[in-house]
Amino acid sequence: VIEHVLVGVALVLGLGGGYLLARSRRHAKPAGDGEDVHRILLPFTGTEISRRAVDAALRLARAENASLMPAYLAAVPMRLPLGCSIPNEAGQAMAMLEAIEQRAAAQGVPVDARIERGRSYRHALARLLESEKFDRVVVPAEASGGEGLSGDDLVWLLERAPAEVLILRPAPDDARRVAVGAAGPVSHLAA
Amino acid sequence: VTRGRYKIFLGMAAGVGKTYRMLQEGQAELGEGRDVAIGYLEPHDRRETTDQAWGLEVVPRRQVAYRDVTVEEMDLPELLRRSPELALIDELAHSNPPGLEHPKRYQDIADAIGAGIDVYSTLNVQHLESLNDQVAELTGVRVRETVPDSVLGTADEVVLIDLTPEALVERLRAGKVYPGGTIDAALNNFFRIENLAALREVSLRQVAESVESKRLTLQRVEPLGTRQERVSAEVPKAVGERLLALVRPQPSSQRLVRRAWRSAQRLGTGLDLLWVKPPGQSLEGEVERQVTALRQLASVLGAKFLIEEHDDLVAAVARLVRERGITYIMVGESERPRGLARLREPLPQRLMRATPPGVDVRIVARRSAAKEEGS
Repeated sequence: VIEHVLVGVALVLGLGGGYLLARSRRHAKPAGDGEDVHRILLPFTGTEISRRAVDAALRLARAENASLMPAYLAAVPMRLPLGCSIPNEAGQAMAMLEAIEQRAAAQGVPVDARIERGRSYRHALARLLESEKFDRVVVPAEASGGEGLSGDDLVWLLERAPAEVLILRPAPDDARRVAVGAAGPVSHLAA
Repeated sequence: VTRGRYKIFLGMAAGVGKTYRMLQEGQAELGEGRDVAIGYLEPHDRRETTDQAWGLEVVPRRQVAYRDVTVEEMDLPELLRRSPELALIDELAHSNPPGLEHPKRYQDIADAIGAGIDVYSTLNVQHLESLNDQVAELTGVRVRETVPDSVLGTADEVVLIDLTPEALVERLRAGKVYPGGTIDAALNNFFRIENLAALREVSLRQVAESVESKRLTLQRVEPLGTRQERVSAEVPKAVGERLLALVRPQPSSQRLVRRAWRSAQRLGTGLDLLWVKPPGQSLEGEVERQVTALRQLASVLGAKFLIEEHDDLVAAVARLVRERGITYIMVGESERPRGLARLREPLPQRLMRATPPGVDVRIVARRSAAKEEGS
């Protein structure tokens, strides 16, 4: 009987010890994905971004073992509070971020996406620069004046960004875009 | 004094017939022999409305001097002195000029109800505080006079005055809403079909949510009978869905939020994000950054981000599900359990057991895992 009791006690102690060990390991694990992760910022506006810019940012991220931070810049009209919800624009942003994340996942690059609001795209970018840390910025220069970041914005970015800025020249390849359908959240990679 | 009953006629825009319907019901009550008086009426020079008010006693307005002009306002002291059984008070969202008893008319109405007077009033949906931003984004027009959503909650009845956008535009064209000179401007700005359709949707949803929240307040959970009996007893009562996504301060949670938000959009319902924070975990470094990112994302999407400090995730979720009438929980795929954790029942099953019957649990796969399965 004593033998059985001792075996029982040993079993309980063993299980208890194992449980406590597992629990302490679980609690010791940080909730985040790590403190010193390098980040590459990829700001964009609207419903499309050149696939070359996405691929360049992903190549860099892979080479440097960094994560990609695609950031959708939303310009909130003056009649609305800056902190208000923007569901219509968020629909576009979500679909774009989903499309970029799909591409990143295929190349094994972790993604930490953002949607940043501002009174203008530049203002949104400034707010992003203030609140986030990153090591590089990849930004495509538009061939013709579109609705996105202007040449002036890029000059401003070069002066202000506390990181290396990689501005991609316009190229014929830019016709290939990562885009979302006009109808909204259904995403596709357009050639 | 017994509190008076409060009925609000809610509409998507001016001209749908809120005031008309209020007067119509006032006339019906008068016909039933009740003591009815108009506390305040804004007929907007609409003949149908003026005709409908015929025969109803009107509590005289008072003259108030404001910025070198004299304006006419509802006379609250006179209304309280007259004390009809039922008062009809138009334009609930109206702001009073300084110097009166209250800055807002809904506060005047609260006094009247407190004095035992039944009140019928009218309100356009864009005046509700929580919808103000949303409506401004949808229509490009922002209203300054807002009322807290809780006002709608205090009403005993909310009646939606519904009209199709096409019918409202037709009324506008026929000069039944605004005088002739302003019709074209109205049609080109606020009264566009797409604006009205969006406002109509917002109004319908608002009333559905109001009905749902009243139902949840009244409903008592009776934990009797088999699970199947409880499911069949409770599910048919559900009016709307409400989604809850369980997040953690990690970049991978953003995908879960995107999925949850898309589902919420399809269902046309609200979304709550919940992080059950282990007690003692400090909000600093990467955790703080990710929490800020999630809070920001929730604000952009119009979702509610909640942080509950609790050492039992399932208990915290179950409590919130009951409190907020959640019908749908979305969780991310858990990491493969190791050691003794393998013996533990998986989270979705525990959630299913702890939450009321009829609450669905959906697992959102990790991107990499989905790829492995697909390949």
